[in-house]
Amino acid sequence: MSSNPYSAPQLPDAHSSDFQPALNKRYKLDRFFEFLTWIATFVGLLVLMMLLYDVISDGASRLSWQFISSFPSRRPAAAGLLSALVGSIWLLCVTAILSFPIGVGAGIFLEEFAPDNFFTQIIEINIGNLAAVPSIIYGLLGLQVFSRIMRPITGGPSVLTGGMTLALLILPIIIVATRESLRAVPNSLRQGGFAVGATRWQVIRNLILPQAIPGILTGTILALSRAVGETAPLITIGALTFIAFLPPLSLEGLQTDFTALPIQIYNWVSRPQPEFHTNAAAGIIVLMVVLLTMNTTAVLLRNKFQKGRI
Amino acid sequence: MNSHSSLARSQNAELWQPKRNLSKWSEQAVKYIFATFALISVATTLGIVFTLIFETFEFFQEVSIFRFLTETQWTPLFTNAKFGIWVLVSATLMTSFIAVFVALPVGLLAAICLSEYASPGLRRWLKPILEILAGVPSVVYGYFALLFVTPILQSFIPGLKTFNALSAGLVMGISILPLVASLSEDAIYAVPQSLRQGSYALGTTKRETITGVVLPAALSGIVASFVLSVSRAVGETMIVTVAAGANPTLTLDPRVPVQTMTAFIVQVSLGDAPATSLAFKTIFAVGMMLFLMTFILNVFSFWFVRRFQEKYE
Repeated sequence: MSSNPYSAPQLPDAHSSDFQPALNKRYKLDRFFEFLTWIATFVGLLVLMMLLYDVISDGASRLSWQFISSFPSRRPAAAGLLSALVGSIWLLCVTAILSFPIGVGAGIFLEEFAPDNFFTQIIEINIGNLAAVPSIIYGLLGLQVFSRIMRPITGGPSVLTGGMTLALLILPIIIVATRESLRAVPNSLRQGGFAVGATRWQVIRNLILPQAIPGILTGTILALSRAVGETAPLITIGALTFIAFLPPLSLEGLQTDFTALPIQIYNWVSRPQPEFHTNAAAGIIVLMVVLLTMNTTAVLLRNKFQKGRI
Repeated sequence: MNSHSSLARSQNAELWQPKRNLSKWSEQAVKYIFATFALISVATTLGIVFTLIFETFEFFQEVSIFRFLTETQWTPLFTNAKFGIWVLVSATLMTSFIAVFVALPVGLLAAICLSEYASPGLRRWLKPILEILAGVPSVVYGYFALLFVTPILQSFIPGLKTFNALSAGLVMGISILPLVASLSEDAIYAVPQSLRQGSYALGTTKRETITGVVLPAALSGIVASFVLSVSRAVGETMIVTVAAGANPTLTLDPRVPVQTMTAFIVQVSLGDAPATSLAFKTIFAVGMMLFLMTFILNVFSFWFVRRFQEKYE
């Protein structure tokens, strides 16, 4: 058919075979598919806007100094979230103090010290598993172990019990964040340290950690912001919903009953009166401001230090 | 004389050893302390498993496992107590199914968009927004479901009750969407560019490359993200507690109130049940069921990733 020596020998001819590129149809399908993916992407954005709009339009008018500085009350107009806000700050501090050193330490051990053996693999699989355990199960653990068995130390469903439960909950997140940050530090830095005779711990402390700490802090803050929003495990360990005092600023304060922002919000949402729903919306605004501040700090920290990386 | 002594000193190896006893000792101390910290995660798992097994065992001393698995009503707090766990399991499965029905397709499409279609500049904006969506506490989603979504749905779905599985499930889907999107996006993004180029070279369009080459290559990561989000939906507590009600009924109608496993645990915890009561043990039996469900999902995901993971150099 063709005398052109460069043509493929005896392949079925495009005109005589059934092959139809049908490019118009395929490109149309392509555009439709791309359109769908854009819709899907903006669904999340749209819902976030609706959620924020709904909460702000319901609750902004209720926000006042009186609301922030009052204890809960049976009368919606007099109720406030002082004890819940202070309780959440207490919880945040206890959780941070417990989970940060333990999580970072465990991350350093697994990434820098641990030999690659069966034992280490068990720990790794276990951490992956723990991250998928529902938070309410941690609440059951806290209820049984911290709140009941360790009652003489923790004082029952106290700030300490809540903090320990939340610390266990976010530990896997901090460990994973620590390991990822350590892995991102180039190996040449370690080798340089060993070459001048430093021990492993000296290398980690003086060379690796300063490089990895921004990533670790970012991961920790994100994990803590998750802890601040957690409700289910706190309700399960037996945290109260109505607290009309503040824990004293002492070690005994750790053993007192507490409530937290999400619990207070849940309490208000679950009441039938619309006035309490308004309180809940105002409480949500306070909670979201706290969370957004934490998240923004984490993201800024990440962006700031990513530039100065070796 | 002076130079001679320094030469002697340099030849005396003992003097050249830096004092490393202290640093070697602290090295060992740090290592063991950190190893203990790593063991805390194992202790947590053991604590969870033993707590659940112990209390569940106590529970089955009083209620036979046969009743637990065959009864069709769930009324553990009534005098005529019935312990049909399937009532709670079916409610959990129904809300989770609705959630997954929303989150998986939308999340996957969003992941494709972020990885394949969005420009890097847009990506930088969209990913933090997804992170914010992921960071919204579940009690806030519960508020949104009960007081925003339900009234809207009620305006065009007849017979929709104030508490219902539908709006709880839909909002739960939105709450796990960012998880699906960001984990799937990681998997899709990790597919090497050469595979796409190879596909284009065969004359495929972009969509054909994505659905025919990129998605199959990222399958293990995508499935892992799906499974993780299903187990999130199963264990999600506050959305269903606030918006789906506390009415244990064995039904497939998403318009009426139901009670999920997690909502039951919350209900009993709020009721201040004494530690020796049967109700108290019941929440551990329900917790055990919940833990088993998420554990099986987890094992499946682990096996799937091992089996189907594609390794590219």
